[in-house]
Amino acid sequence: MARAPRNTPLVPGVSTLSRSAAYKKKALFKRKKPVHKATVATKATTKSVKVTGPKNGGTRQVDVVKAPRYYAADDVAQPKKTRKTPRPATIRSSITPGTVLILLAGRFRGKRVVFLKSLSSGLLLVTGPRKINGVPLRRVNQAYVIATSTKLDISKVKIPAHLDDAYFKPTKEQKQKATEAALLGEAPKKEVSTTRVKDQKDVDALLLPIIKKSPLFKQYLNASFSLTKGQYPHAIKV
Amino acid sequence: MLTYGPDAGKLAVIVDIIDHNRVLVDGPTTGVTRQSVTFKRCTLTPIVLSKVPRTIQTKSLKKLVEAQDLNGLWAKTSWAKKIEVRKVRSNLTDFDRFKLMLARKQRRAIVGKQRKTLLKK
Repeated sequence: MARAPRNTPLVPGVSTLSRSAAYKKKALFKRKKPVHKATVATKATTKSVKVTGPKNGGTRQVDVVKAPRYYAADDVAQPKKTRKTPRPATIRSSITPGTVLILLAGRFRGKRVVFLKSLSSGLLLVTGPRKINGVPLRRVNQAYVIATSTKLDISKVKIPAHLDDAYFKPTKEQKQKATEAALLGEAPKKEVSTTRVKDQKDVDALLLPIIKKSPLFKQYLNASFSLTKGQYPHAIKV
Repeated sequence: MLTYGPDAGKLAVIVDIIDHNRVLVDGPTTGVTRQSVTFKRCTLTPIVLSKVPRTIQTKSLKKLVEAQDLNGLWAKTSWAKKIEVRKVRSNLTDFDRFKLMLARKQRRAIVGKQRKTLLKK
């Protein structure tokens, strides 16, 4: 059993032994006192400057960092430093690479897509594949997704590492001055960048042979999800 | 068949009739302990075991049930088959349901074609 402490507090804040008595009891004099090393020599705060006036003494000591000429009259509140750091996102356990997901929101709602990998932002990287149902490489939030129990074995597929959050970040276009032609004329068609097209083709080429292996899987991905009569989303197994 | 309580959905054999409300049931092969059950909590199946004397002991009832193959008889009934189908259907995954839809579509096409030719005659 642990020994009862010698120096019990009498009341909160006042202990039985005084500071010197505790020092004696603990025999702290036998121990080496930690020696605090003197900090490195301080940097010079002043410098000598030559003064060229006829009646001035030649040189003068001047502060290296000039004292501010303006002080705020009131105290300026300092914003608190946050000590919180973002935790890495956790993906639902039912979503693993190769899982077929049903998209619930956005342009491609109702589509069945293949989950490729989770990104550091917590978004899911999915693709239709585009060849099959038109859904390109895309990031989706896992909240807007139903995970089915159908899985595609993509354990041997190497998804290009450069497909990350930065890859999908939209590039800001320079704002141009509004001219009559730009406003009233036809808007120039946005062109898909060639790198995107190439990446899509690469990923599709990786997935298609696997999809081909299981019969009807291609048709399954091509069909969109919907509930029919008598089907309740909470009651069905997906 | 019991329809209510923890043993709902299990088969049991009526061993004795206690009064006009209750029966004594026992299900040695289905996990139903010997107990009295009101008629409200059970339904009768068409299966009747022969040679069951009143208040037969659990042990000898088990022998009888196995000898007359109660579970086999039950599985053959359309009632049991329906329950089985319902169970399978509720466990279908999204992909399975898709495949089922395709199969039903095929059946529809075949039946419809036949119907059309028969109607023409």
